[in-house]
Amino acid sequence: MSDDHDDSPIAARVRELEAILEEKGLLDAAELDRALEAFAHKATPANGFRVVARAWVDDDFKAALLENANEALPSVGLSMGGGLQVQRLYVVENTPQVHNVIVCTLCSCYPIALLGPSPTWYKSPAYRSKVVSHPREVLEQFGFTLPAETEIRVWDANAETRYMVLPRRPAGTEQLSEDELAAKVTRNGLIGTAPV
Amino acid sequence: MSERYRAGDRVRTSTVDPDHHTRLPGYARGRVGVVVGDDGVHPLADLRARGVVRPQPVYLVRFTARELFGQGDHSVTLSLWEDYLSDE
Repeated sequence: MSDDHDDSPIAARVRELEAILEEKGLLDAAELDRALEAFAHKATPANGFRVVARAWVDDDFKAALLENANEALPSVGLSMGGGLQVQRLYVVENTPQVHNVIVCTLCSCYPIALLGPSPTWYKSPAYRSKVVSHPREVLEQFGFTLPAETEIRVWDANAETRYMVLPRRPAGTEQLSEDELAAKVTRNGLIGTAPV
Repeated sequence: MSERYRAGDRVRTSTVDPDHHTRLPGYARGRVGVVVGDDGVHPLADLRARGVVRPQPVYLVRFTARELFGQGDHSVTLSLWEDYLSDE
């Protein structure tokens, strides 16, 4: 994978620490692998797609999601507690007037539980520095042109909270089932760099 | 924990560029924004990075692009610990 960090100093430090903890009998490597695999297996953008589709068909769920996403997620069998700590999630809704875009300018904070591992470009200095100052141009680079009158709100996940965008339901999808709607959603749509 | 700010309050971020870890990005230093919500109570990241756990209120603060970058018609919302903020 192009976006792993096997060669970075932090990866080397983690490996050394892991080795010491194993040597002292404080860590079972197989147990660690099982925990990581379980998290990685559950953390996929399909979770986010499912949340969006439910919000599109269920107004009560959508209202609850926008009000307090952490409390709303369990009703679709999800949570933000799959990692080391429970993270607060804000779901921000796109409307005809407002479009939301997510970034972490300081590092690469990202709602992994709902979106899976982040795309490489999300972690790139180019995206992180430019989307806060020139979001409209960055969206253009993704092939996504917003009407000039649409207000853009950038959310910098610079601290403890994570964000997910609730895209607008595409026109002409009234007849689709929830599963079919979920299949319309893309990972970039949940970050705000695509319409859906 | 009592919160110093409420939604609607105007605040100015710290101008300090510390030697240590911080979660106040450089582009938002010394800028005026509006509190748009509370973001819970979390250990101040600057201290936690040095092993000291001191929880304090965190606020969602929205800045205009014009204030941050001198141009643009969008906004940027950040989560900022109370220590980063002063009354404006």
